[in-house]
Amino acid sequence: MQMPQPDAGILGRREAIVARLAAALPADGLVSDPRELLAYDCDALTVYSCPPLAVTLPRSTEEVSAILRICHAEGVPVIPRGSGTGLAGGALPTADAVVLGVARLNAVLETNYADRYVRVQSGRTNLSVTGAVEPDGFFYAPDPSSQLACAIAGNIAMNSGGAHCLKYGVTTNNLLGVTMVMADGEVVEIGGPAMDAAGYDLLGVICGSEGQLGVVTEATLRILPKPEGARPILVAYDSAVTAGACVSDIIRAGVLPVAIEFMDKPIIHLTEAFVGAGYPMDAEALLIIEVEGSPAEIEEQLEKIKAIAETHHPTTLRESASEAQSKAIWAGRKAAFGATGQVADYLCMDGTIPTSALPETLGRMTQLAADYGLRVANVFHAGDGNLHPLIMFDANNPEELRKAEALGADILRLCVEQGGCLTGEHGVGVEKRDLMVHQYDPVDLEAQMGVKDVFDPKWILNPAKVFPLAASQGRGA
Amino acid sequence: MIEPRSEAEMAEAVAGLSAPVEVRGGGSRGALGRPVQAAETLSTGGLRGISLYEPGALTLVAGAGTPLREIEATLAAENQRLAFEPMDHRPLLGSGGEPTIGGVAACNVSGPRRVQAGACRDAMLGVRFVDGAGRVVKNGGRVMKNVTGYDLVKLMGGAYGTLGVLTELAFKVLPMPEAAATLVVRGLDDVSAVAAMTAALGSPFDVSGAAHLPDAGDPAAARTLVRIEGFQASVAYRAGRLRDLLTAQSRGEVEILSEAADLWADVRDVRGFADRPGAVWRISARPSDGPGLAASVPHLAARYDWGGGLLWLLTEESDAAAAAVRAAAARLRAHATLVRGPAALRASAGAFQPEAPALAAISAGLRAKFDPRGLLNPGRMSA
Ligand SMILES: Cc1cc2nc3c(=O)[nH]c(=O)nc-3n(C[C@H](O)[C@H](O)[C@H](O)COP(=O)(O)OP(=O)(O)OC[C@H]3O[C@@H](n4cnc5c(N)ncnc54)[C@H](O)[C@@H]3O)c2cc1C
Repeated sequence: MQMPQPDAGILGRREAIVARLAAALPADGLVSDPRELLAYDCDALTVYSCPPLAVTLPRSTEEVSAILRICHAEGVPVIPRGSGTGLAGGALPTADAVVLGVARLNAVLETNYADRYVRVQSGRTNLSVTGAVEPDGFFYAPDPSSQLACAIAGNIAMNSGGAHCLKYGVTTNNLLGVTMVMADGEVVEIGGPAMDAAGYDLLGVICGSEGQLGVVTEATLRILPKPEGARPILVAYDSAVTAGACVSDIIRAGVLPVAIEFMDKPIIHLTEAFVGAGYPMDAEALLIIEVEGSPAEIEEQLEKIKAIAETHHPTTLRESASEAQSKAIWAGRKAAFGATGQVADYLCMDGTIPTSALPETLGRMTQLAADYGLRVANVFHAGDGNLHPLIMFDANNPEELRKAEALGADILRLCVEQGGCLTGEHGVGVEKRDLMVHQYDPVDLEAQMGVKDVFDPKWILNPAKVFPLAASQGRGA
Repeated sequence: MIEPRSEAEMAEAVAGLSAPVEVRGGGSRGALGRPVQAAETLSTGGLRGISLYEPGALTLVAGAGTPLREIEATLAAENQRLAFEPMDHRPLLGSGGEPTIGGVAACNVSGPRRVQAGACRDAMLGVRFVDGAGRVVKNGGRVMKNVTGYDLVKLMGGAYGTLGVLTELAFKVLPMPEAAATLVVRGLDDVSAVAAMTAALGSPFDVSGAAHLPDAGDPAAARTLVRIEGFQASVAYRAGRLRDLLTAQSRGEVEILSEAADLWADVRDVRGFADRPGAVWRISARPSDGPGLAASVPHLAARYDWGGGLLWLLTEESDAAAAAVRAAAARLRAHATLVRGPAALRASAGAFQPEAPALAAISAGLRAKFDPRGLLNPGRMSA
């Protein structure tokens, strides 16, 4: 992965730029000490890192606007940052860039239960949005596994999903409006508390634009009444193909669980060693299926699911009879990334495939991993075909990193070939930037880059991300 | 009328245009938006057919010119449907023609189930389109989750054909429920009705429709409707719980209908306004603002959908009435669309709520990028 050479002119003007930012911000709003900058040199894709020129930590939309006006005038790239949990290198700085972190913008501005929305500052963490409305019986639906740490800002930029999005949709389906600062510092309101907005669906384009169209400082989010209850069931099979067929049959039968999670043998063994959730060690594939409603409704749906699952001859079928048992069923799934991280460094892939292509894709993936001599564990959202192959390697061995990346690229190309896409919820960032040509023709990319031209004509917002460098080179100049 | 038979022909036709065209699907929604000044019509009628349907993956891909009827019939045969319940504009607009899936997407046409299942744009997984320069562009795909690059699918949904001619669309579809029930409360005034709908939508009972149909002549005949769908036993349980809740909320009699498809088609298509003269406005607002907004502008009749968040108003056909509606909407950060009105009124008042200057500049910028020669439905989206 290549990043563009830092602009020597900007580096040469470093002190003047820092001085201008310092004049516009309170003393604790600017970080320029080289040691402190290291805390912002990467996101959760830690294999790439580079300390920025400076970090700004604004406390208001006005401060964000002031920072952008300065950077725009100076021609300095700006890297918006939420909590830095992104897995695609979307918040990776360059040496000539100013990081704009919104973590301090974390207030709840308005809760409105009658109209079912909450308005928050964008640095607020995902889980604490639900935390703010939960006592009154509401929740914010998108629930990325990183929800304790990740910010709404990052969720919007990546259009993040979660385990329960099979029923509730991803961020874009739950976002009503944003306050956003444009590259030149102008503040705009897009969408609002009503269900739709006038004109083009700009909100739909901003969601998922990876910090390239503007800096989001506030968001109006749809909240939903909490279901009466939820309960998972665990079903294991002796083949991934059978598990895939079971998923498809459940969906066809008209049951719409809130979540269908899939774990393969390697990840079952890894998590079992880590948290001891009591998963069946002989299983080749395990499904966690969760349904919601009143006790009777849960019972009705689980009966239907069990009946379908039985027709495929499960090796294990475990119902939960208590809150504690439900937690145990989820425990392994929730610990999957952590468990993998205990035994190896890993790259988390995020391709999506049509669910009908599941068996073939899993088979070919196993073969690819064997060809590279690398271990791959699979845990994913089966209901919507969003795969998360975890490629394990040793980061201290450059040759292994190279192989892991090559395998990752092969897997993503396989997803595209199967009718799917490169990324279902983590975003393109720098990680998949150069693979975009496998999914999109030059004219498709040109159409997308044209949108950036309109929002950010100088291309100062998070440049060198999303689009292959060769394609975006020279734009904004 | 130009009617290309394939996407390649469509691209060639657009590239060869020398004057603006009106883009047309089935023609049933041609009277939406500001009237287009174009001598020629470009039809998607030749781009017809379902190219992929995988019930087990809940996905369907079809040419933009495919009749909606054909898609709905194909889905129904597998006990599935388009969950967003697209409105049929023909009764209201007095139009003919056969609605196409491309027209539904281009106008982001959604119905009462929007409160639960989202809008048309939420079900759109992928698009192919020909931009104003004649380039074939694709975005999104056919899978449920996709954040690869910018989401131009959303941009094209609701762009009324001004950024490109849609050629193919991929949709997420959903299973048809086993059962449905509609609770009816009679005689509520608008404020009480919105309060009742708010209570229902704020409950855990997964309401899939909440509408209020006032009766100007006879307040006691006003009907407030709440719909639930799902498996038999679940519907029975939730209907009981909602009846208790609505009874407590409204202190009135609550009736439960097990068959109310016609009633919801009436809500969806605003049929109560179909035979009455006047301008028809579609106002999107915070539900709790709906009744106040209606009360603040002179009107002939009002109806509420989306729990009050979608207000339909029938007004006089005049610039003064239009100005009053737009001002009332602007005060509440709502927005008003003139859905039916004489061409002269749609031309003078504009069909859409004016955007803030910064957003209008972005919209103009996008039009210049996607349709640099200003050939596709020019003016239709301008306020
Ligand atoms: C253990 C783990 C589990 C995860 N699980 C999931 C999961 O289940 N589902 C899922 O979707 N993701 C998941 N992720 C990925 C990640 O958490 C999400 O992408 C998240 O939304 C990133 O949020 P953040 O605040 O950390 O953003 P950051 O990493 O700080 O930034 C992400 C992107 O957002 C941009 N950005 C940040 N702030 C702004 C702003 N104010 N305005 C405009 N752009 C901005 C950045 O430039 C960058 O491109 C996981 C990550 C980890 C480490």
